[in-house]
Amino acid sequence: MVLVYSDNKKLTFELLSKGSELAKDLGKKSTALIIGKNDDLLANEYISYGADNVFVAESDIDSFKAEEYAEILEKVINETGKDTILIGSNKNGKELASRLAGKLNAGCIVDCTNIYLKDNKITTERVVYSGNAISVEQFNSKPRILTISSKVFEPLKKDANRKGEIVKKKIETGKSSSKILKIKEAVTEDVNVEDADIIVSCGRGFKNKGDIKLANELADVLKGRTIGCSRPIAADLKWMSEDHWIGLSGHKVKPKLYIATGISGQIQHIAGMRDSGVIVAINKDPDALIFKSADYGIVGDLYEVLPKLTSAIKDKMS
Amino acid sequence: MNIIVCAKQVVDASEIKIDSSSNKPILEGIPKKISDIDKNALEEAIKIKEKHNGKITVVTVGSADAKERIKELLAMGADEGVLIPYPDKYDYHIVSTLLAEAIKKIGEYDIILCGEASTDLFSGQIGPKIAGLLDISQITYAQSVNAEKDKVTAERNMGEKSVTSESSYPVLITVTKEINEPRLPSLMQILGAANKPINEWDIESLVVGLEPKIKTVELKGVSMDRKNIVFENNLDDSVGKLVDNLAKDGVLG
Repeated sequence: MVLVYSDNKKLTFELLSKGSELAKDLGKKSTALIIGKNDDLLANEYISYGADNVFVAESDIDSFKAEEYAEILEKVINETGKDTILIGSNKNGKELASRLAGKLNAGCIVDCTNIYLKDNKITTERVVYSGNAISVEQFNSKPRILTISSKVFEPLKKDANRKGEIVKKKIETGKSSSKILKIKEAVTEDVNVEDADIIVSCGRGFKNKGDIKLANELADVLKGRTIGCSRPIAADLKWMSEDHWIGLSGHKVKPKLYIATGISGQIQHIAGMRDSGVIVAINKDPDALIFKSADYGIVGDLYEVLPKLTSAIKDKMS
Repeated sequence: MNIIVCAKQVVDASEIKIDSSSNKPILEGIPKKISDIDKNALEEAIKIKEKHNGKITVVTVGSADAKERIKELLAMGADEGVLIPYPDKYDYHIVSTLLAEAIKKIGEYDIILCGEASTDLFSGQIGPKIAGLLDISQITYAQSVNAEKDKVTAERNMGEKSVTSESSYPVLITVTKEINEPRLPSLMQILGAANKPINEWDIESLVVGLEPKIKTVELKGVSMDRKNIVFENNLDDSVGKLVDNLAKDGVLG
């Protein structure tokens, strides 16, 4: 009764781990959904990662559109009688899940950080109020739609001996009145802030793009070597690519050391880094909000502090 | 061009404190405001109206004090407001259904604009859910919008890529914070807003027998205990102390 879907393979593995566990606890089966061309290789991979079976919704649609994908999911749900739908919480997945919930008049919980059975009811947790609270919720009705971000659950160990059925069915959809004109890959610098151990992060306190090198030099002497930034640097000024962006709508990070330089400490930024081990703030404004969220702070001009800090750490570590 | 903007009144999340005895967030007495990104949605609506004329209606499901917030949106440039009270129990399903029913009652619309998510709960469900309920096309995460006479083009921020989409009308668009800088109303506009209508609609006039699909079992506070040690005198001293502390904490590699 559990249907699992994401357009991201790795995320689907993670969802299958939770999905198959829930299905087992409820005495039901888990099904992974593939939308598009038939892909036996992928279907078998999903089985080896825990899917009891795989449903391939064959379709000619060549790129993701929420209108068409929601229609396919609706038809698959009607066809298979699935009542618990786990969807990967990337940008496509969220708009898909929400639209589907509208079409099915269903309850939907986005960005679950935990899912478990309590009193035999599916119970979820999610972060609200920019990280100040966790909301614990239960469904009153079926179908239930849940979305889960990457790295919330560990995938099962791959087991090529697992067996499962693969069902294929052609699913027709109506034409959506929107169309995709252009897809442009964003310039990324292949940074993975979510995996970083130590992050030096930059905010509006930097006056020019070139000055970011001061943060780079600090990151270089620290193991970790990763540079992050707040919303204005990535989204408004575009001094850094969005893979550096840490915050509520950017990346959520938990390094062991987070150094915020020239960042004022808006709650949306805090939401992205509040789980860090040790937080250091450098800001020239003694009243900056960031100090409230920091273990250590230096009140001072980052243009003076950073070079001194870089050389002090270099000395300490040598 | 008829434009409907959905706006939510939220508590300012940066003002939330956690009650240490009950471990619950204290939500009463917190300043309220219109969710930031909803103001970006209205700003975009105003820009479209400046180009094509038409009417902007702002719809809010919220408590009675949201009326004051709607006045701010009327001052910015919306023409009319609609306020629907929260039912005793509500969830995303109820709020999105009420908004969709209100939109149907308003009747004529070309574009529905929403923020990509509200700043309090940041779920981002409401926009696409309304599009699903009304069965119209949706363009989410728009970071630029170009509305023409019979179609709209938008550049969508999809993180690792940007996708340019086009749709005929009607369409629901959710916008990101980068799309524009919401205007501040002038004193004249603030005074003028007093004459613009805010209609209060009963739930029963829109839909009957709505039941929530989700029950909130518990709201747990997450306190952030940090040492808050701030060095602010001699810079060399401060840097020295910081590095010593970081070494002691074992985080320097």
